[in-house]
This record gives sequence, C-alpha cells and structure tokens, in this order.
Amino acid sequence: MRKTKDLAQLQAIARGVRRHIVEMTGAAKSGHPGGSLSAVETLVTLYFDVMNHDPANPRWADRDRFILSKGHAAPVLYAVMAECGYADTPVDQLNTLRKLGSVYQGHPDRRFIPSLEASTGSLGQGLSVAIGMGLAARLDGKAWRTYVVLGDGEIQEGQIWEAAMFGAFHKVDNVVAIVDYNRIQLDGFVKDIMELEPLADKWRAFGWQVVEPDGHDIASLQKAFAEAAATKGKPTVLIAHTIKGKGVSFMENNPKFHGVAPTPAEVEQALKELA
Amino acid sequence: MAAAGISMREAFGQALVGLAGSHPEMMVLDADVSASSRTVLFGKQYPDRFFNVGVAEANMIDIAAGMATCGLRPVVNTFALFITLKGADQVRNIVCYNNLPVVLAGTYAGLSDSFDGASHQSVLDVAIMRAMPNMTVVVPADNVEVRQALEAALRRDGPTYIRICRNPTPVLFEDAAPLEIGRIRKLRDGADLTIAVCGIPTYMAIEAAGRLAAAGISVDLLEVSTVKPIDEAALLESVRKTGKVLTVEEHTVVGGLGGAVAEILGRRAPARMDFVGVPDCFAESGPYMELLSKYGISTQEIESRARQLVEGVAA
Ligand SMILES: Cc1ncc(C[n+]2csc(CCOP(=O)(O)OP(=O)(O)O)c2C)c(N)n1
Ligand SMILES: [Mg+2]
Repeated sequence: MRKTKDLAQLQAIARGVRRHIVEMTGAAKSGHPGGSLSAVETLVTLYFDVMNHDPANPRWADRDRFILSKGHAAPVLYAVMAECGYADTPVDQLNTLRKLGSVYQGHPDRRFIPSLEASTGSLGQGLSVAIGMGLAARLDGKAWRTYVVLGDGEIQEGQIWEAAMFGAFHKVDNVVAIVDYNRIQLDGFVKDIMELEPLADKWRAFGWQVVEPDGHDIASLQKAFAEAAATKGKPTVLIAHTIKGKGVSFMENNPKFHGVAPTPAEVEQALKELA
Repeated sequence: MAAAGISMREAFGQALVGLAGSHPEMMVLDADVSASSRTVLFGKQYPDRFFNVGVAEANMIDIAAGMATCGLRPVVNTFALFITLKGADQVRNIVCYNNLPVVLAGTYAGLSDSFDGASHQSVLDVAIMRAMPNMTVVVPADNVEVRQALEAALRRDGPTYIRICRNPTPVLFEDAAPLEIGRIRKLRDGADLTIAVCGIPTYMAIEAAGRLAAAGISVDLLEVSTVKPIDEAALLESVRKTGKVLTVEEHTVVGGLGGAVAEILGRRAPARMDFVGVPDCFAESGPYMELLSKYGISTQEIESRARQLVEGVAA
C-alpha cells in the first residue's frame, strides 16, 4: 500500500476511524469503545505509513505482520482495515459489529476475516505470537517486521514477561511491541488495581529498547517507529502515552467506557465532537 | 418461560455479600473483571477481604490456594474460560493436588458471553474441571441454586467449581428444597425416557418434558446440578426404568454432563443415549438466546431428540 506521510491526511483518517468506532459500538449496543479510541493513531500510523502491506494481496509473503493482542479493541482494527480497503473488511458492514453472522465478531476472528494475522481475545498471548513470527522471518532471512499492540492492563499477565525475556535474550529486533498506556483497565485505573510503574524501567531491565511517544501525536509515533527500525540487536517497545476514550469528551479518561457502548444520544454527541 | 429479575452473576455477587457476615474467613479474589462478575459488590463493602489481582488469573488462583492452606476460605472469580484454561495448571497441581477448600466461581459461562464471541465463550469448562481429582463441579440452573451452591461450597473441605451465567434466567427453585451437592433433583416422573439436564437449559427441558407429555411420552426428568461427583444411584434407578437417556447441557458434547453420564451407564447400565449440547466447534457473536438455539440448545431440539430416542430413530 502506498504510504501516507502527510500529517493532516493521517489525522483526517484518524478522525474518520474514531467516527466508525463510535457508530459501530453504538449500533452493537456493546463492545469496547475506550481502548479502541486510545489506539487510533497507533493503528493509523502503522497501517497508513509504517507497515508494508497490500490490501489487494493480503497473503503477500513479505508483508509486515500486525497483531492486536488486546483483541477487545477490535473496532479500531476493523475500521482501519476497512479504510485500507481490505476486501474482507467492507466499510458498509462495519455497523453489523457483534451481530449474528457478521464478519465483525466481538473479537478479531480469522474464520470471518482471513486477512487478519491472528484471532485474539484472551489477553496476554500476542507478544509471544509476534516473537514467533519474528523468529520465522529471521530464519527465512526475510526483512518483514511484526507489530503487536498490547493493553496496559493486559501486560499484567505473566506470559507477557516470559515473552519479554525471550525476545531480548534471542535479540528478536524485528518485533515492535506497542503498549497502549491509557492507564485504565476493565475495573478502573491501573494505579489502583495493579500499578505498572516504573514501566519503562521494567522493559529496560528486561533488555528492550524503550521509546515513549505521545500516542495521539502521529509525528511522535512516526519518530518512535523509525527509532525501532534503527534499533538492532534487541526488540523495541513503544510505551505510547494515550488517553482512554480519546476524542470523545465524556469518554476520555472515563473507566466506564472500557466495555460500555454509547447510547444513541451519546453517539450523536460524540459524532458532533468528531465532525 | 420468562427470564425476569437480576442476572445470575448479580445474584452471585449479592450472595457473596450476604454470606460475608456469617463467614468471616471468606475472602474474595478477582482478576480485573469485578464489574462483570459483580464481586465489586463485595469489594466495596469488604475492601479488606477483597483482592483484585489485575489481569493475572494464574497468580490469583495460587494466591487463593496459599490463603486456603491457612484456614481462609477464598472465592476466586473470573470468566469461566480463564479460570479453567489460564488457571488449569494452578487448579490441578496446587488447588486439587493439595485438596484445598478454594471456591472457583466461573462467570460468563456457556455461551452467555454471547456478543464477545468465541474467544470468550466457555463451553469446555465442565469437561476440564471434571477431569481434576478432588474437584467438585456444580452447575446451578437458576439464581436460587447459585446462592445455595456457594453456601454449600463454603462448607466443603475440598475445591469446588461453580458455573455462573452472565444473564438473567428463569427462576425455577424458589420454593423447592435447597440444592444439595451430590444429589440429583427429580423434576418429573416418567417411564419412556430419562432426560438429565444441568444449568440454564433446565427450564427448556422442563418445557420440552411438558410438551412430550402432551404427546404421550413420559419423561423422567433429572436435574443434575452436581456433575461431579454425580449422583450415580439416582441416575441408575431412572435409567433402569426407562432404558434411554438424553443429556442436555450448555457445553460441548465432548466431556461434559453427557460424558459423565455415559461413563457410568457404559459400565453399569448400557442404554440408548443422545446428547443435546454445543457441537465440537467454535461458536460466534450474537444474542444469547439466538446463539443457544443456533448451536443446538433449545426446547425444540430437546423435544425432537427425545422423540427420536423414544421412537428408535438414529439421531
Ligand atoms: C485472559 C483474559 N482475562 C480477562 C479478560 C477480560 N478483559 C477484557 S479487556 C480487560 C481489561 C484490559 O485492560 P487493558 O489491557 O488496559 O485494555 P485497554 O485499556 O487498552 O482497553 C479484561 C480484564 C480477557 N479478555 N482475557
Ligand atoms: Mg488500558
């Protein structure tokens, strides 16, 4: 896919993706708007600028791989893939999210969308899967890279740290993890449930290159992904500082909208704000 | 039958609060789903006895195990799928191996986490829990039984798994004798066929048995709320009378109630059997009742499988 570098253009795409997320979850009357909205710039930057991929040829062997480890943020992935033009993620069906028979399952499901790299939904596993992909690329002498988006609540899972240890020990430098550091999990604020700080120090101690972009500033993300690409001999993690529910005033930083969909009135209000 | 009132998970959350006073040794643990499991009710009232471990199910289960070795009575909560899969080794090699009095409350069980889709739906938990030595497996059919199951589990000396539905379901046992772990509840006397059911589909089996009776087929209807240890005597007595058994459960047909019944009958009283349950596949997102029906669990399905068994037609 042709890469879009232009910030204004990428920001416009991001705004459109946010509108989709609000409409989809509103239509479904369930789903996870908060963690979808916080990851918008990350996915837009990856799919429209950073990653080498071809929506017309989703099985292209040398494509970069993307895994949404925090699978509950499926709406952002669906909306971004739809905007990229993947044939199995039609834009005009986005609002069938979570309906019986829809390709847009509650969590990403390869049975319905073969262009996905992995079905996900059970938290804690995506980093290991990404590292497996990274090893495969290296064994094949291929240059493609693997990107995996993790939630901050998600990285409380022990398996994440097993994978972190492995990734550094085996110098899997073609894998980039992005932690969507929105500081909220299902039950509330991360600091009140299971504090992660000092988070950057933890990843560094595990042997990772750490970059801390503003996860809503596309230029900051572009710079961070460039630093990741330039880092050899160890994997890179982007601790993307984000706001859960970003872009919709009443959802921002509000734990309620982790797993609650907007009402029709809230959808209307949100779309006004995202006009 | 109409589902009215609060959800089963809400009833369970309220039961935890209700039992807190009489069970000072009870502790409640959750893994970042307390708003969903409704243990948030307990956590708010008893913050000193509530631990939210974050998204870390395996850790939670072994912390509970440690508490249990010291005389506490931990109740561990998260989605049924994650207790039984993320915590499988912890449940088997610590909780069951040491025979510890830990209550494992698996919420959002069966297809009840319907909109989240296949990644969250738990239709194999009974099979897994049932295969663990020392484990007791209870599948309540309504809000009354879920409360009674918790009370009974807190009196036991070993581990107990309680399966909990996300949604409101019909209340069946308000005026009945309380649930007893290890005992089958006889819901209807009949001679033509035994239906053994557990969990949410119990109300469907009651409806189906009524329709079958109107058509001249009499059903011996057993509610098997304890899938392990199963009430062998009551099961054998029924099957020796009817010679045919239909099992009904909101679970894969691999290894759940159907498996438990078949294991006993194969040895003690071979009988014609059929199984109503989720086929061996991943389901999908959708409304709960529509999903149940699409994946083979409905009053109609029970009725037609029962007829085929009685009429000797191969299913
Ligand atoms: C193994 C596992 N445990 C529990 C859940 C239920 N769950 C879904 S989302 C979530 C909270 C995740 O928080 P976070 O990773 O911070 O996500 P975000 O804020 O990005 O939405 C939980 C506990 C799950 N999907 N998988
Ligand atoms: Mg978060």
